[in-house]
Amino acid sequence: MELRLRGVGHGYGGREVLRGIDLDIPAGQIVCIVGPSGCGKSTLLRMMGGLEEPDLGEVLQVGQAPEDCLNPLTYIFQDFALLPWRTVAGNVSLVLEDHEIKGVDASAMIKDVLQRTRLSDFADTLPRQLSGGMKQRVAIARALVVNPAVMLMDEPLSALDSQTRELLMDDLISLWTRTPFTAVYVTHNLAEAVRLGHRIVVLSRRPGEVREVVTLEKPLEARAYGDADLEVKQKHLWELMRAEAAAADAELIGG
Amino acid sequence: MTRRWVGFAVFLVLLLAVEWGTRTGFISPLTLPKPSDVLQTFAELYSSGLLFQHLLPSLSRLAVGAALGASLGIGVGLLMGLFSFIRAGLVPLVAAIFPIPKIALLPLFVIWFGIDEGSKYALIAFGTFTPTVVATYAAVDNVDRTLIRMGQSFGLSWLSIVRKIVLPGAMPGILAGLRISLAIAIILLVAAEMLGAEYGIGAYILEAGSLYDLERLFAGVVILSVLGVLVSAVIGAIEKRVLNWRS
Ligand SMILES: Nc1ncnc2c1ncn2[C@@H]1O[C@H](COP(=O)(O)OP(=O)(O)O)[C@@H](O)[C@H]1O
Ligand SMILES: [Mg+2]
Repeated sequence: MELRLRGVGHGYGGREVLRGIDLDIPAGQIVCIVGPSGCGKSTLLRMMGGLEEPDLGEVLQVGQAPEDCLNPLTYIFQDFALLPWRTVAGNVSLVLEDHEIKGVDASAMIKDVLQRTRLSDFADTLPRQLSGGMKQRVAIARALVVNPAVMLMDEPLSALDSQTRELLMDDLISLWTRTPFTAVYVTHNLAEAVRLGHRIVVLSRRPGEVREVVTLEKPLEARAYGDADLEVKQKHLWELMRAEAAAADAELIGG
Repeated sequence: MTRRWVGFAVFLVLLLAVEWGTRTGFISPLTLPKPSDVLQTFAELYSSGLLFQHLLPSLSRLAVGAALGASLGIGVGLLMGLFSFIRAGLVPLVAAIFPIPKIALLPLFVIWFGIDEGSKYALIAFGTFTPTVVATYAAVDNVDRTLIRMGQSFGLSWLSIVRKIVLPGAMPGILAGLRISLAIAIILLVAAEMLGAEYGIGAYILEAGSLYDLERLFAGVVILSVLGVLVSAVIGAIEKRVLNWRS
């Protein structure tokens, strides 16, 4: 399934947040969205997930979601959003229970997804016993188990320290390499964008418009921390964003 | 572990001090009874069978009244937490009822529910109801919104969100509220029994008090305090089981 945005615009209380967004999210690719804070990235993601209707334009879902897909548009949250009273396996099971998947089928699916996210040893662990990185892996497992058509990730690594972030990026890359998934990945971290993105969409400051779409041809699994060519791309992105970020920053100070 | 015993030690030291004071005459027998005499009174109360004659009616009043009040309170509190319409309708009402000293309503309850058990049940139930409503409603209101949003984004049904996210999330607050509500229930139980009951701890204490029988009065008070400790221990045990996910 693909997502297509056509002329999406939106405002809150007379303040324009997004303007004229045209964007395609092709199946099997990770599209990163970067932009200065407050430019409407999270708002855009909510529109893609159907949590909010845009004032202008439309978000189209093209094609069928896969047969065994339980929740076509699935979010991964920055703050993990795990139920503290459920174990790792219980948190994954939560999103299966409403689909009448229980017992043996459910345990097989949970076992498989915990294996893919390297959490098998922690199935019976409560979230409070886990580090931030592990918590986010549980959230990723929970998203993968419903076999989403598109994963919508809003700064999923922003709450983590930089080493953990590196490890989780590696995890995401190996997950994608084994079974490519479609994802929209919002971040303000350009290093994440050049590691994970097949395409990187640069938004301007508010009202967010598409400044440029950068396509990276290098396969995800060939990318590594500190690659020279990625550094070049990252630098280019930073130059695009620099003026916007400075202006956005000044705006915040000015009220 | 040692901390636990500090509490017992304080108790014991106090008791021994009073025992010593009353024995030496340092404390006049009109002020405090001898703890050993209270113990003896208690033993007589037990062997005469009078203990259970007073205790059983009290316990059943407490159980019926508190169960009624707490379950209604949790129910209404949940509804208020879940539906903004009901919340808007009931918040002012609850705010108006909350500060009324419930004991003032006993005459009214006697008229409505009769002088017998009915008015006592009603008083205890009503007294338990209001703090439970307030605690439950606040607990539901405090459930982490991001968890609810997560449930919605995964397409969970409304009922699943309530059962699996809102209720467990509100449980710590509800149980904390119940602790307070049940203490209030014990207070009201005694008050109701003092104002009109043949048997019951309250009646027993009232009778002892009017005869200035300090040993019996204190025996009654000890029963009440043990009852309070037991109720609190039961809630503690429930918390330990239900909230074992907290550190
Ligand atoms: N529900 C809302 N109501 C009012 N204003 C909002 C709402 N959501 C976002 N905004 C405003 O829209 C702008 C963009 O917000 P957001 O999409 O969260 O930006 P980003 O995720 O890029 O930092 C901000 O100025 C924010 O204050
Ligand atoms: Mg955001």
